[in-house]
Amino acid sequence: MFAHDFVRNAYLAGTFIALGCGVVGWFVVLRGQLFAGDALTHVAFVGAIAAAVVGLDERVGLFVLTLAVAGGMAALGRRGQADDVVIGTVFAWILGIGVLLLAVLATSSEGGTGIAAANTLFGSIYSLSPGGSRLAAAIGLAASVGVLLALRPLLLTTLDSELATVRGVPARALGVGFLALLAVVTAESTQAVGALLLLGLLAAPAGAAHRLTASPYRGLALSALIAVVAMWGGLALSYQFASLPPSSAIIGLAGSGYAGATLFAHARVRARHR
Amino acid sequence: MNPTISLNPIDDFNALTTYPFMVNALEAGTIVAVLAAVVGWYMVLRRQSFAGHTLSVMAFPGAAGAALAGLPTALGYYLACCAAALFMGGARSSHGLGARGRGYGTETATIATVQTVGLAAGYLFLSLNSAVLGDTETLLFGTFLGVSRGQVLTLLLVAIAALALMALATRPLLLETIDPEGARARGLPVAALDLGFLLVLALAVAATSQITGALLVFALLVAPPAAAQQLTMRPGLGLVLSVVFALAVVWLGLGVAYFSIYPVGFYVTTFAFAVYLAARLWHATARHRHRDGHRSV
Amino acid sequence: MTITALGPDRATTAAQLVGASVRLAGKRIFADVALTVGRGQFVAVLGPNGAGKSTLMRAILGLLPLDSGSVTVLGRPPAQARAAIGYLPQRHSFDSSTRIRGIDLVRLGLDGTRWGIPVALTAGARHRRKAESERISQVLDTVGATAYADRAIGELSGGEQQRLLIAQALVRSPELLILDEPLDSLDLPNQASVAELLRRICTSEYVSVLLVAHDVNPLAGYLDQVIYMAGGHATSGPVDQVITSAKLSELYGTPIEVLKTADGRLVVVGQPEAPHYHGDRHEHDGHD
Repeated sequence: MFAHDFVRNAYLAGTFIALGCGVVGWFVVLRGQLFAGDALTHVAFVGAIAAAVVGLDERVGLFVLTLAVAGGMAALGRRGQADDVVIGTVFAWILGIGVLLLAVLATSSEGGTGIAAANTLFGSIYSLSPGGSRLAAAIGLAASVGVLLALRPLLLTTLDSELATVRGVPARALGVGFLALLAVVTAESTQAVGALLLLGLLAAPAGAAHRLTASPYRGLALSALIAVVAMWGGLALSYQFASLPPSSAIIGLAGSGYAGATLFAHARVRARHR
Repeated sequence: MNPTISLNPIDDFNALTTYPFMVNALEAGTIVAVLAAVVGWYMVLRRQSFAGHTLSVMAFPGAAGAALAGLPTALGYYLACCAAALFMGGARSSHGLGARGRGYGTETATIATVQTVGLAAGYLFLSLNSAVLGDTETLLFGTFLGVSRGQVLTLLLVAIAALALMALATRPLLLETIDPEGARARGLPVAALDLGFLLVLALAVAATSQITGALLVFALLVAPPAAAQQLTMRPGLGLVLSVVFALAVVWLGLGVAYFSIYPVGFYVTTFAFAVYLAARLWHATARHRHRDGHRSV
Repeated sequence: MTITALGPDRATTAAQLVGASVRLAGKRIFADVALTVGRGQFVAVLGPNGAGKSTLMRAILGLLPLDSGSVTVLGRPPAQARAAIGYLPQRHSFDSSTRIRGIDLVRLGLDGTRWGIPVALTAGARHRRKAESERISQVLDTVGATAYADRAIGELSGGEQQRLLIAQALVRSPELLILDEPLDSLDLPNQASVAELLRRICTSEYVSVLLVAHDVNPLAGYLDQVIYMAGGHATSGPVDQVITSAKLSELYGTPIEVLKTADGRLVVVGQPEAPHYHGDRHEHDGHD
């Protein structure tokens, strides 16, 4: 399997993307920002389409729009968190724009838009170029390292932003910075896993970790581990079964991990109360 | 067919209703607007927008799965949405109570996982079926303009059923939403109400997304109710306003799209967003006026 | 709206326990408890954490059975008296962005459990709705919340929210009001004013008030009697007879000192760690 270039590229990018998602995702779940993350992934898709319409590289549109919306959310919310309803309405509207752009794209170029759209939605990890996969890996790694460096201030801010401010931690800046980091990871990973499925890599491993342990260090490690295992397993399975898309396999495994963790945690609580 | 707008409302309306497909679209749009506005009002109050969006996305695996299994598409929508509601509702009881309490993070993780697993399954069904990828867009972004008579009828029946359930549970659901501990103390079946609401939401979403597409149904579920809640805190008035806004948004959207080359979905979401923004602005300035006028404590 | 029945069979006590004991998950929570809450009395249940105060409330509400002994509420078995009891469970404070008015919360105290469309179609229904609105205004006035009843609950302070919750429980004219730790999250001035409010309600609405508290001091001047639970037993009586070194030492079974500060506050010193069961507050077999 590893004799093939495209497989090696996929594993390189995938491993570090999974790592990044696992680590960042653990905080996203803790901070209750999954809906914002969901919005960002869909916005990434619209960004790619917008870039295609204007004639720019899709990645530019991805990054720009995602970062812009993340900035908007950070600005509108308290301690860098936006309200449920605001996120929902803004992102519904942006999707509406996406519809418009798709229509424009469909009428201006020929074919190809369906494929391009599908790739951004569902990912195409096996068609990453060596350069692309190295970049993806670098961003994933950088994101993980970034979070780990800011681990304790970020944790403090999340759990008690007032205390953090009093202790000299720049709570608001960290909040904004975190959303920006999320935007970057989202935009980058969209190409590998796809906009719609990226949320799964952010949520499921982290959710499982949160169910299993309350310790931050163990939780982060567990989240990263589950994400990477899901990635490797998914890639392997989809290599074996040609009609199984890699992103579906990866998400399927991640989701099963979450389900398993939920059941396990439930059983543990039951046993304790006997 | 390139209809031009004459800016005379009567003439335009007549032009609109000449074609059966437009009449169907208007009728379907009306039913969908009322349903989404009522159910959405509760959804926004209960802070379940994320769950609502997830349910709307379930239309995709529903349709793709139905195509794979040879079932009618509509059935696929309803089954997928209800299944997702059961997963999310069932998991809800395993979290802590309170919107922003302990359980919030893991509750959203459950919702997010259900969403992506559903989408991943949908994508799998699509690739197994080797269906044309262009269909993905229609699934996700919908088509107001391809509604059949039969669909309108089904919509009406589903809407009546869902709205009847909502009417029945108006006050208990409201009490349970704002004061779950008090509701439990008064003997209300809190878990059943939670799950029941999610199922009604699933029905509303499944019905609506056949018209507006999976990704855009959310605009009708969130924006008009959210706008109404900016303007008033009274439940009765809020529900009425929510319906009024939703109807306005849908009718305007359909009307304008008829005369334009751009898709209906874009107009509906843009008008919905505009209504929400306007309401927010009004609320913000009203506060300002109040503060200037009276010294409120 | 319930009208309190005045008649020869009107109960003389609000709640009465004789030789009551409760067991949960095999563990004896309290035993041989005897107490009487009279009509229109203001009574507090005190004791350390884990002493069984909430369990006692649950027994009075009929939510769990007695292992031995008897309990009557308003002269009837607890389950039958539930309609005449107003219960304020412990609650999280409302989320700051909850956009519902206080008056709506109080109205839901009246009709929150009524299934069906809230539209008054018949003349009778309209008449009832008018009577209910009057009752709501009246009860808001009683708790002193009229000024802020139209504001969003989430914006109100803890004390204001507590008053609205009391109004919600009061609006159905209960004969017995049971409150689980209503003063817990309030600051001292608010504790005092809520205590005073409850005292007023006892007399003006002729309601018996039974509340669970941790500190007797905000309540001391208003209470008719206090029920102190510790060591699996309970003792009741006027504050100055129960909260004494002698009485509490006897109850705990170990030397306890009750000190009085210069400003008249009572301080209990020397309590041992009460057995505490870890449990999710929202599980119905939790003990405290």
